[in-house]
Amino acid sequence: MSEIPAKPPQGHIEVRNFSLSYDSIEGPVQAVADTQIHVKPGEFVSIVGPSGCGKSTLLNAVAGFLKPTTGLVSVDGERVNGPSAERGMVFQQYSLFPWKTVRENVEFGLKMRGMPRSQRERAARTLLGLAGLEAFEKHYPEKLSGGMKQRVGIVRALATGPKVLLLDEPFGALDAQTRVIMQQILTNMWQRLKISVLFVTHDIDEAIFLSDRVYCMTARPGSIKAEIPIPLERPRQQAMMMSSEFLALRRGLMSLIREESIKAMGGEITDLGMQGLNIELQGHSLADVI
Amino acid sequence: MSSNAILRHSEDSMPATTLAEAGPLPATTPPTTPPSFGTLALRWYRLNRGGLRATAIGIISLLAFLLAWHLLTTYRVVFFVRFTNVPSPLAVYASFTKAMHDPKFLMHIVLSCRRILVGFSLAAIIGVPLGLIMGRFKLVHEIVFPVAEVLRPIPAIAWVPMAIMLWPTNEQSIVFITFLGSFFPILINTLHGMSLVDPVLVRAAQCLGARERSIFREVYFPASLPHIFTGLTVGMGVAWVSLIAAEMISGQYGIGYFTWEAYSLVQYADIALGMIAIGVLGLGSSVLIRGAGQLVMPWSAR
Repeated sequence: MSEIPAKPPQGHIEVRNFSLSYDSIEGPVQAVADTQIHVKPGEFVSIVGPSGCGKSTLLNAVAGFLKPTTGLVSVDGERVNGPSAERGMVFQQYSLFPWKTVRENVEFGLKMRGMPRSQRERAARTLLGLAGLEAFEKHYPEKLSGGMKQRVGIVRALATGPKVLLLDEPFGALDAQTRVIMQQILTNMWQRLKISVLFVTHDIDEAIFLSDRVYCMTARPGSIKAEIPIPLERPRQQAMMMSSEFLALRRGLMSLIREESIKAMGGEITDLGMQGLNIELQGHSLADVI
Repeated sequence: MSSNAILRHSEDSMPATTLAEAGPLPATTPPTTPPSFGTLALRWYRLNRGGLRATAIGIISLLAFLLAWHLLTTYRVVFFVRFTNVPSPLAVYASFTKAMHDPKFLMHIVLSCRRILVGFSLAAIIGVPLGLIMGRFKLVHEIVFPVAEVLRPIPAIAWVPMAIMLWPTNEQSIVFITFLGSFFPILINTLHGMSLVDPVLVRAAQCLGARERSIFREVYFPASLPHIFTGLTVGMGVAWVSLIAAEMISGQYGIGYFTWEAYSLVQYADIALGMIAIGVLGLGSSVLIRGAGQLVMPWSAR
């Protein structure tokens, strides 16, 4: 990709002693408690957890939209103080500008940087070509399918050459088939760009398939319950999702999440209740299962 | 480019879904001989059947209205409502042809249009930016909104005496009334549009390096445009209502004055002519605004 020159390894995300709470009439409510995560330069890291566990809150804090109550968020040693083009973000709702064509959407970040029109048009065309969207550059987002919209969303976030890419359940609104294709496209792109990625999802398969490491969060107040390295070889192909290695990882992660999901739903975790849901974990530690 | 190959590869491996994703295919018809004129006409008819039907019914309905009007006036029907003095469509048409050659009638129309243009434009030039700023800055909203809420329910016509006191000339007070009529719908709708801007789009812009001014120009403003145009359409309607009322009360010229004067001079056909002229002008101006809206917002075109 000629528009994004090779850089020295950068994009080291660090979240230390992080907690975030907001005020309510009953006093402060803690959304995320005492969390440490990090993403090494060029690493693909996912955060999974039950809904409402604060994984999106954490990602929004890395993006700079939320200030931590305590602790520190930094990228390459620099404290995060509000949103910036250094941290590209992809949203679940696509959030393309409906009044801009596909190409104008991709150009937006370059325009904000003051790049002259002809130059940014060329850059946007090249990027759209890489995503197989050159035929749609003049379309308005409304006319695109969900998968195409999100490809535009990813290309738009990458256009300015950010240090890190943050994705907040980007494929959550897509149908199962499109989702699988998008995962493959994303892993291919990442393989090529070697950009640091922090990826939030509740889909365990997706997290394992894409990531180098997966953080599993507890129910609210969210904190890191486990950190699981994914030693699957790269480049990743869909066929790997059938391998025994993949399935073992999946089983382990699944049981971790289920436990938290039950907590999030307010259920008691009794041996009896767990029997139906989670046979694998009984009597074993997670390490044994994996 | 090798990354090209990587992405292509992924698409090739799932041909079925990617095809489905690729959207409209450029040529779906196989290369056969061009269809005959008859087939084309039939196809066109099938595609536009709904529209043709609506047009046909519309024409019939208008003709039926004219016919009913004609019958009611020629037979001078009195049935609760009295049609004794109501001019017939033919009489109105006769006074229309006469008026078309009368520079005075045309001057009435031109003057009314000028008042609308000035009053409405001022309302748009002040109302839209004020609404945008109020939507963006809470303090301005908190200061301006209570005053606006108190003044808003006062009909523009109720301002006539005050306007005559405020402004030195009659012309200025009529323009002021027109301005007031359109100002509040424009302001309120712009504000409403601002309150509905999707915060995720603002976040997306911030993540792409946009600062406050760019966000205002590139996100808040275009996102509010559909509601701004709703405000302009409603405002234009109210502007005509206010203008005609003001002209009837305090005017010397203008189509509202023309209509009222026709009544005083017992020129019954001219009353209907004035009314129809007002209707056509109102319709024309809202068509203009709708057209402008489609030009400015090509993304929302159906």
